[in-house]
Amino acid sequence: MKNTPNFPFTRRRFLQGSGAALAAVSFGGSGAFAADKKINVYNWDTYIGETTLGSFTDKTGIEVQYDLYANLEEMFAKFQAGNPGYDVIFPSDYMIETMIAADMLEELDRSRIPNFKNVDEAFLNPSFDPGCKYNAPYFWGSVGIGYRKSKVGEVDSWSILFDNDKHSGRMAMLADQRFVMGVALLYLGYSPNTTKQEEINAARDLLVKTKKHLKGFVPDSGQDMLISGDIDVVMEWNGDILKVMEEDDDLTYVIPKEGTVIWVDGLSIPKGAPNRDAAYEFIDHVMDANVNAEIANTIHYATTNKAAREFVSKDDLANPAIYASDEVVAKSEALADVGDALPMYDAAWTEVQAS
Amino acid sequence: MENWRNNRLVFAVLALPPTAWLVIFFTVPLLIMWVYSFAERGPQGQINLAINLANYARAVEWIHLGIIWKSIWVAAITTLITFAVGFPLAMGIAFAPARWKNVLLLLVILPFWTNLLIRTYAWIAVLRTRGFLNFGLEWVHDKLSTLFASIGFPELMGEFEALELLYNQKAVVIGLVYVYLPFLVLPIYATIEKLDKSYLEASLDLGAGHWRTLFSVTMPLALPGIASGCLLAFILSMGTFLTPALLGGTDSEMIGNLIARQFSSSRDWPFGSALSFLLLYLTFIILWVRASLAGRKDGPI
Repeated sequence: MKNTPNFPFTRRRFLQGSGAALAAVSFGGSGAFAADKKINVYNWDTYIGETTLGSFTDKTGIEVQYDLYANLEEMFAKFQAGNPGYDVIFPSDYMIETMIAADMLEELDRSRIPNFKNVDEAFLNPSFDPGCKYNAPYFWGSVGIGYRKSKVGEVDSWSILFDNDKHSGRMAMLADQRFVMGVALLYLGYSPNTTKQEEINAARDLLVKTKKHLKGFVPDSGQDMLISGDIDVVMEWNGDILKVMEEDDDLTYVIPKEGTVIWVDGLSIPKGAPNRDAAYEFIDHVMDANVNAEIANTIHYATTNKAAREFVSKDDLANPAIYASDEVVAKSEALADVGDALPMYDAAWTEVQAS
Repeated sequence: MENWRNNRLVFAVLALPPTAWLVIFFTVPLLIMWVYSFAERGPQGQINLAINLANYARAVEWIHLGIIWKSIWVAAITTLITFAVGFPLAMGIAFAPARWKNVLLLLVILPFWTNLLIRTYAWIAVLRTRGFLNFGLEWVHDKLSTLFASIGFPELMGEFEALELLYNQKAVVIGLVYVYLPFLVLPIYATIEKLDKSYLEASLDLGAGHWRTLFSVTMPLALPGIASGCLLAFILSMGTFLTPALLGGTDSEMIGNLIARQFSSSRDWPFGSALSFLLLYLTFIILWVRASLAGRKDGPI
């Protein structure tokens, strides 16, 4: 789960066929070339295509050593004592900013990534890394509203959660402080990355008021509660709702018109990477339109790669739980590292929980 | 039996691995945490070593004390219910025929063979609105409705309304009682098992009833085990974080959840360490009270 709350377990990356990860982990060694070159890749679990690593080794003769992490804090903790030997990592939005600030990422040399031109312009200037100097955008997702159509009708606004007691006791929200606070801030017209105490307080008050009508702040079970009929409306990750939508036609997902907090993952080269040349080749490979589309069709998340969309399955492109309209995306924002303001968020969240 | 003092070398060799284990994996990490608790959080969550009490000052703010107080309450209620269920259970096992004893004990320990996370998810499946418990109740309700309808009272039972059993404090307490029951049963069982049963026979022979014997003889004699079992259940449930996170509602955050958050999304290890040590000191105080109470009578147990 993004920005993992209190849990070591996660299902945010549920869909991406776990077989892909297994196949990927056992990779290395058997390339077409007698590989004396090696690259160390550190990625989220089940977050790559089935053929991505194999075709890379076939193309370049570079063997891929592939490691997995379950959440960003785990990955970050490993880098705090210096790069343990990775060449390419897949950090997300706020973590990219954190790692830039901690001087952990290499500035990318675009001339060595010709396929960088494939990236959708909408993702080229994120607040967490202006101008994408340190990361090459990979995939993105969102928090939005998963709901039961027959019970609540059509939903297009966060007000169903924040300004409405019609479904009192039949609603739930994520247990993720930054994302939930972020959505509350956005709903109030502030930035989800604000560092102003009074804006954070306003979001806190909104959540305290909303809380009365919620069944819970749930760590990773919102989609289960939705499909089992415990609740009708839930703020959840798009990927989690996508899974239950496949099992129950009455469920759907929407990114409300006010916009939302999205997450964007990038490819980065950590400082001290032992094989920087291979890292550039790897990043360029992943950003190739065909390679990228194969990943998209395996993991069912939205790609930031415009050229790849042509090869992405039509069903995925039409699915509101995967891709959203450009104008909604334009109103959405990714989380940034709020630095010294994080304890303010923590205090506000504690007050919401304790009230 | 030879005294170990006569064989210091053997003793030292045998004691070395556990001591080393304890120091390396318990004392040293605890010491590091203790040092962290005086550190400062850097803007990216770095741990900048320092000597300041700001983390402790923040830890004893009212809001955090409130959460600690709530945790103590939940733990106390949990312990009470666990005792009410666990003591008769321990008695039952202790006085069961010898060939049943091991089977019964095994049944108490059996849940440990399954991961706690899975067992907690199982409770979700049992307690939720459309869970097994409500299905069972609905079935009984429907059968009764049919029955009453057949004897001329079709409206008596009304519509079935599912009970809201999950996502509240009650669910948390149920989950905690379930998890910590064995921790309470086993020490109590051990003391009752060791009891000299002739005391109980004497009490019964001399005219005390079964209840009087239970409260005036068995319980006082089993007190050390009762105290250990209750303390174990209390301390463990006070620091829990998984159960309230999965079974609790919007007001179920306990101190364990607050601490866990400092080490994940809030990335504030110094504050998390200070909170942990606050909890640890609280535990020490409870243990000290217990030890001094026990010490007055028969020395520490």
